[in-house]
Amino acid sequence: MDHSDEVPSPGLMEAPPDPHAAQHVAAHVRTYLIVGATLLAFTVITVALSYVDFGLIFSHLFRTNLSEAQGRKANVAVAMLVAAFKAGLVAAIFMHLSAEKRLIYRILYFTVFFVLGLFWLTYLAWYNPIVR
Amino acid sequence: MEIPYTVVARRDTGVWNAKVGIWLFLASEVMLFGGLFSAYVFLRLDAGPGDWPHGVLNVPVGTFNTAILIISSVTVVLAWAALKMRQFTRYRIYMAITILCGVVFLVVKLGYEWPQKYVHFGARIKESELAKYEKYLGNQHLLAEGFAPRKEITGHLHNPQALHDPNIKEYEIALDPVNADPTNKKMDRPHFFYVPPTEKIGIVEKADVEYANMFLPKHSSYFATYFTITGLHGAHVLAGVLVFCYMLLPASTRLYRQNPEHLANRVEVAGLFWHFVDLIWIFVFPLFYLL
Repeated sequence: MDHSDEVPSPGLMEAPPDPHAAQHVAAHVRTYLIVGATLLAFTVITVALSYVDFGLIFSHLFRTNLSEAQGRKANVAVAMLVAAFKAGLVAAIFMHLSAEKRLIYRILYFTVFFVLGLFWLTYLAWYNPIVR
Repeated sequence: MEIPYTVVARRDTGVWNAKVGIWLFLASEVMLFGGLFSAYVFLRLDAGPGDWPHGVLNVPVGTFNTAILIISSVTVVLAWAALKMRQFTRYRIYMAITILCGVVFLVVKLGYEWPQKYVHFGARIKESELAKYEKYLGNQHLLAEGFAPRKEITGHLHNPQALHDPNIKEYEIALDPVNADPTNKKMDRPHFFYVPPTEKIGIVEKADVEYANMFLPKHSSYFATYFTITGLHGAHVLAGVLVFCYMLLPASTRLYRQNPEHLANRVEVAGLFWHFVDLIWIFVFPLFYLL
C-alpha cells in the first residue's frame, strides 16, 4: 500500500530538523529497543524469583533459621529490588531522566522527599512509637 | 490564544512549558499512588498469619499484561523518535500499536481478570471452628511444615441463593484444589498456572463462618486494595489511550504540517505519562500477583 500521498510534508516553521538532533534520536532508538528487551527479561526473572524460597537461601547464607513469615519478607525485598531496577530503567531511559534540565530534577527532589515522608508516616502508624 | 513556549525553551526554566507541566502533574500522581501504596503496606503488615491471601490471581495473564505494557512503552518512545526524524507514517504505525496495546491491557483486565473474581467465592471460618474443617484446611499438615494456617475455604459457590436466603443453613462450594486436597505438598505454595475449582463439593455451615463473599472489594483488605489500585491504574491506561487517539486525528496531522516539533513535544509529554503508568504497574504486578 502506498501511503506517500497521505504523508504530509513537515511544516517550515521548525523543519527540517536540526540534522544533528535527528541523528542523536536515531542513535537512541537502539538503546530503547535494548531497554525494552531488558525489561521483558526482568519481568520473567521477577516471576521466576517469586517461586524461589529466599527464606531458605538466606537461612543457609546467614546460618540462621528464618520463619515462613520472615522468608516471605525476604522474597518481598528481592522482588522490590528487581522492581526498583526496572522502574529506574524506565525513568532514566524512556523518561529521559538520565539527561534532563535542572528544574525537572528539582521538582523530583521535592516529590521524593514528600513521598518518603508519606511512607514514614505509615511506618509510624504501624510501629506506634508513642504507646511503646 | 496562543500558548507560548510550546517548542522553544523558556529562558528562566530552561524547558518548554508542557514539560514543566507534565512533571508537576506526575509529581502529584506519585503522591496519589503513594498514598494508596502506603495504605497497602499498612494493611499487609497488619495482617496476621494466614490473613493475607496468596496465589489468588492468574500469574500468566498478569505476566502477559506486564509484557503488553512494556511493549507499548517501547512503541510510544519509538513513535516520538520517528516524529523527531520526520517519519510521519512510521510515527502513525507506532502510535497505533501503542493504542492497541493499551486496549488489549484493558480488555484483559476488565473482560477477563476482574469478572473471574466476581464469581469466585470464599468463606472465612471462625477462629474457634477451624478444627472442624480440618479436612478442607489441612492446618495440622501446614503446622508441621512451618507454614501459616489456612482460614478460608474457597471455590465456586454451588448454591448462590445461600448468600441471601436465611433459611439455607450451609454453603455448598465446588472446592478450589487447595481445599480439595489440602495436605498435598503441591498445595503448600501458589501455582504458576491457574487451576480451576474441582468437582469436589465442600459443605460449610453458615454458623461457622465469620464472613463469606465473592472476591469483591468488600471481601478483604487484599481485594479492597487490589481493586482500588488496579482500578485507578486502569483509569490511567484508558486516559492514555484517549490522548493517543487524539494524536492520530486530523488535528494532529495539521499540527504536524504547521509545526512538527510541537507535535513531537506533545507526543513526548503524553509518552512521559504513559511511561509513568507502566512504572506503577512494575510495582503493582509483583505486589499483588506474586508475593
